[in-house]
Amino acid sequence: MWPIFDYGRFVSIISSSDVYGVVWMRSLAQLHKMANLRVLVGVKRVIDYAVKIRVKPDNSGVVTDGVKHSMNPFCEIAMEEAVRLKEKKLAKEIIAVSCGPAQAQETIRTALAMGADRGIHVEVTGKSIDGDNNQTGQMTAALLDWPQATFASEVTKENDHLKVVREIDGGLETVKVTLPAVITADLRLNEPRYATLPNIMKAKKKKIAKHKAADFGVDLTPTLEVVGVEDPPVRQAGQKVESTEELVAKLKDSGVV
Amino acid sequence: MASRLIPSAGQYLRLANRLRQHVRTKATAPSPAATTSEGAPSGGRGYSFELTDEQREFQDLARKFAREEIIPVAPHHDKTGEYPVPVLKKAWELGLMNGHIPADCGGMDLGIFDTCMITEELAYGCTGIQTAIEANSLGQMPVIIAGNAEQKKKYLGRMTEEPLMCAYGVTEPGAGSDVAGIKTKAVKKGDEYILNGQKMWITNGGHANWYFVLARTSDDPKMPAGKAFTGFIVDRDWEGVTPGRKEWNMGQRASDTRGITFEDVRVPAENVLGAEGVGFKIAMGAFDKTRPPVAAGATGLAQRALDEATKYSLERKTMGKYIAEHQAVAFMLAEMAIMVETSRLLTQRSAWEIDQGRRNTYFASIAKAYAGDAANKCATDAVQIFGGNGFNSDYPVEKLMRDAKIYQIYEGTAQIQRLIISREMLAKAKQTQW
Repeated sequence: MWPIFDYGRFVSIISSSDVYGVVWMRSLAQLHKMANLRVLVGVKRVIDYAVKIRVKPDNSGVVTDGVKHSMNPFCEIAMEEAVRLKEKKLAKEIIAVSCGPAQAQETIRTALAMGADRGIHVEVTGKSIDGDNNQTGQMTAALLDWPQATFASEVTKENDHLKVVREIDGGLETVKVTLPAVITADLRLNEPRYATLPNIMKAKKKKIAKHKAADFGVDLTPTLEVVGVEDPPVRQAGQKVESTEELVAKLKDSGVV
Repeated sequence: MASRLIPSAGQYLRLANRLRQHVRTKATAPSPAATTSEGAPSGGRGYSFELTDEQREFQDLARKFAREEIIPVAPHHDKTGEYPVPVLKKAWELGLMNGHIPADCGGMDLGIFDTCMITEELAYGCTGIQTAIEANSLGQMPVIIAGNAEQKKKYLGRMTEEPLMCAYGVTEPGAGSDVAGIKTKAVKKGDEYILNGQKMWITNGGHANWYFVLARTSDDPKMPAGKAFTGFIVDRDWEGVTPGRKEWNMGQRASDTRGITFEDVRVPAENVLGAEGVGFKIAMGAFDKTRPPVAAGATGLAQRALDEATKYSLERKTMGKYIAEHQAVAFMLAEMAIMVETSRLLTQRSAWEIDQGRRNTYFASIAKAYAGDAANKCATDAVQIFGGNGFNSDYPVEKLMRDAKIYQIYEGTAQIQRLIISREMLAKAKQTQW
């Protein structure tokens, strides 16, 4: 149900853990001419990470009205990586895409100020915050039938493919992906730069193409329904014990051991 | 018939009331056709408190920079007095400095409103560091106002090409408020001027690449101030220019303040700003554009004091509850909030007025006078709310109190501001028929 963008042949994708980016190559036959790569970076407008989240009184979701929103920090990291690829002359063009309400354009503008060349806004009405589902990159790769390298902490170009170091539970895993591919960003991939004031001013002139999901023949009828959202249980006070024997006895009493 | 020529008591009172209202609204209401800045919605009513998207982004950038780059290093620069070169360089790279340099000199041509917004956010981090940045604006303003194309290109252009600093040199050891009493002399000799004298309390004095210097060019003691002085651009590395030692001040210690000695400095005639004799007007004209940002700096400090005090009052407990729940403290916080909001509104109004192309002297003085007093009161109250901890250097508020004091002194003392305000309003009142 994810919209597919008709850009011809895609090369690789750089994304946050929840959104995706795509690098586009002019011709598969010119695999060695990496400078023709185009990078599509997905950016999402989410509740600012510094805000204390509050659940709505009717438990239908979290409070978003009047709450500060900004670009998902992982999307910033993905954008930064794309800009670095362009600075290394490995990428030719960076396109920022966001699927969301009208305010998503602010997020695209931030991406433009960071260095994206143009933006695409697909208007999707209704609630949209980061669910931390860790699905978007993977789903996109599956739909496109492309290789994926998620939780990237390092991306290097090697001849006609990308070498990606991934952060996994057990440590680090290095994979090689042919292009086109999907990459999702992890925290340690890079440190995003500030957008400079002149770049913020220049971003005003860059174009943002506006679309609706229907333009791509995509049906957005949800297949998941959120039944309820609750606060996590309040942490109970602990108890102090005097000795190990007392600890074991208490644990046995409570049925834990 | 005759009765119509002589107004009755009632008619006279009604007329007087209308005039009084007219004077009041004229003094405070903005022109109906204006809006805050291009693209800002005004609801069709000509006045708006909305920021544009771009202004919001500028503000976010400055806010982020203050919290991530300035606040962590501010205590170090306060303790050592070390000039914050890395922070200044980063601010320059991001375009947070020199914002009002015209576009044709490589600048961003920002209005004073946007400058004030950015200044307030940076001052929140540290007013010492922000003053170093602000002194650049002050030094550049005479050139922006009165410089010719070559001077602008030469001296403003270089500020956008490299992270350079400049300074505004008017005050002397013997003359601060009394600008007309300065003794630095410039004597014309061929196509040069020989400059001799001493300036004092020059911000960025030790690091400036060039100075704006006001000197007396008329020998006639009866010559009016408006014709007796000339403004010059003086390069730092000309022979005879000697910055003194860094002065150790009560606060804003990150900022570099020095005395500068000029001994037989040869200034080419092409470095005269405007023309010989108009220096006083240029020096004062710069203030109309730089007083609002100084007021903005004071507002940033007051906001910081308020935020620190609020945060502390929600953490510290006394007599069974958070001190914020004690009315005495809550009322202090409320009064600080009143001062912060008022400071900000006055600053914005004075900045907006000059961006509309109007003379804003009255508003700029009000803003600076009020914001300076507000900053001092808020900082003092913040220390009070912190109690014993507030007096201690491990907590951030004592620095705020030390930094705030100068806002009642530089850029026109609190007393001079009141002189200006009373003069402006009395002049207007004299034109009114009561």
